Amino acid sequence: MNNYLATHVATLPPSGIRKFFDLVATMKDVISLGVGEPDFVTPWTVRESGIFSLEEGQTMYTSNAGLFELREELSHHLSKTLDLSYDPHHEILITSGASEAVDLVMRAVLEPGDVVLVPDPSYVSYAPCAILAGASVNYVPTYAKDDFRMRVQELERVYTPKAKLLVLSYPNNPTGAIMNREDLLPIADFVSKHNLLVLADDIYSDLTYDQTHVSFASLPGMKDRTLFVSGFSKSYAMTGWRIGYVAGHPDLIQGMTKIHQYTMLCAPIMGQFAAIEALRSATEAKNDMVTAYDRRRRLLVHGFRQMGLDCFEPLGAFYVFPNISKTGLTSEEFAEQLLKEEQVAVVPGTAFGPSGEGHIRCSYAYSMEQLQEALKRISSFVERRLNI
Amino acid sequence: MLSDKDRTLLKLIAQDCRLKPEELSIQTGLTVEYIEKRISDWEKEKVIVGYQPMINWDRTGDDKVSALIEVKVLPQRGYGFDKIAKRLQRYPEIKALYLMSGGYDLSVLIEGKTMQDVALFVAEKLASLEHVQSTATHFVLRRYKQDGIELMGEEETLQRLVVSP
Repeated sequence: MNNYLATHVATLPPSGIRKFFDLVATMKDVISLGVGEPDFVTPWTVRESGIFSLEEGQTMYTSNAGLFELREELSHHLSKTLDLSYDPHHEILITSGASEAVDLVMRAVLEPGDVVLVPDPSYVSYAPCAILAGASVNYVPTYAKDDFRMRVQELERVYTPKAKLLVLSYPNNPTGAIMNREDLLPIADFVSKHNLLVLADDIYSDLTYDQTHVSFASLPGMKDRTLFVSGFSKSYAMTGWRIGYVAGHPDLIQGMTKIHQYTMLCAPIMGQFAAIEALRSATEAKNDMVTAYDRRRRLLVHGFRQMGLDCFEPLGAFYVFPNISKTGLTSEEFAEQLLKEEQVAVVPGTAFGPSGEGHIRCSYAYSMEQLQEALKRISSFVERRLNI
Repeated sequence: MLSDKDRTLLKLIAQDCRLKPEELSIQTGLTVEYIEKRISDWEKEKVIVGYQPMINWDRTGDDKVSALIEVKVLPQRGYGFDKIAKRLQRYPEIKALYLMSGGYDLSVLIEGKTMQDVALFVAEKLASLEHVQSTATHFVLRRYKQDGIELMGEEETLQRLVVSP
């Protein structure tokens, strides 16, 4: 039936992660550092309010934009935590996870022939969403020597007059890199100079260590150019609830709401009620999770450096991205051989773009015990490779 | 007031006091010397008052009974409740002792081998004390949660995908 598939779908490459997932699925007793979601369960108070909403019979559609109460609460929250000001009436749209928000942004603003500038490496869905929206992608390489921060020189190098949208995804999956104010200001100049829109995927903004997140949208003059995307999955361990959002200029939000109303109608109502509770009373639970991630982050960075590998210190998200090129293996070879010999699953850096070559992504959304065992196994694997 | 770093350190120790200063150092970024000094200070200041594993005795098969006793006391002039509390806290049978607001004064947690042990202790040692007006004994039937740890049921294994973006 393949010939029924639209060409742009048939030719869309499958996710590099998927390929690896299939391989892992065939093996037993695997310790996985391959997961991109929290190991915590959603805080009880949040779960309880989801349950309560069901007991109350809150099982209908919400308005397309999402419960007003949630948008209002979000507006306060963004103003308090990230110095962002969005009107809950016209500037916030609740989506089914940040993933939908990314897709909506791409579909609402891109036309065939447009180019999207995407950090490399970065989360797997930006390029496919751009392609599905008829656009094409120019990767903006980022390097370990810059702590994987995006630099204007690289942006200028890959820029084309067809570029319309720049994706900024910091804290970054897979590298754990962050961009502080000084890093973002030159990018803002670049964006103004070339009259670009920005998709700021700030989904990991709560997970930073020794640093406070600076949102691109909060920089002078950048609010109207930015579509601020985030959600509850990572901060509040709510991946399965599917609640995200996009905030931005009312014209753009209106455009996205049109697509959203025809394709999704609204985000799940139970998740929306739970999200309200998360904003109101799960800050301490969130902070405890951040503290736990921070311990694990330090343990993994220390562990990889002890093995003799270069590992820059990630200051955000929950991934470390060590350089494994000393072993003489490519990212894919390393991940495959490690899995077969030591039953540890990590994700090859190349699953997130060509600049991920030479690196592996290890998630620390695992218990200390699992991380310690994984480090032990990776260490003996690396030792064997370095001694050849 | 504790600094953020110290609070993190103390919470870590509270969660698992087996962690060695070297491990704590890796996980917090604080130096081993700082951690050792801090712990020793806290021990001296009685901020850290002991290191104990949390044991669920119900699972050991050993006989053990606990009861919470509500005690009404006549406060003594010049001492309030402290004098009698000081005396009570010396009994090894008493595992916890609190001054309460509300309908009674002291809450006493007692552990013994049998219900009779506990009843005898209450009758002979507690109720008979001068200034104690009345006692009400409530035996613990089952422990569901203690010191923040849920004791009931097996840990459910949550099925996360093995690899996800």
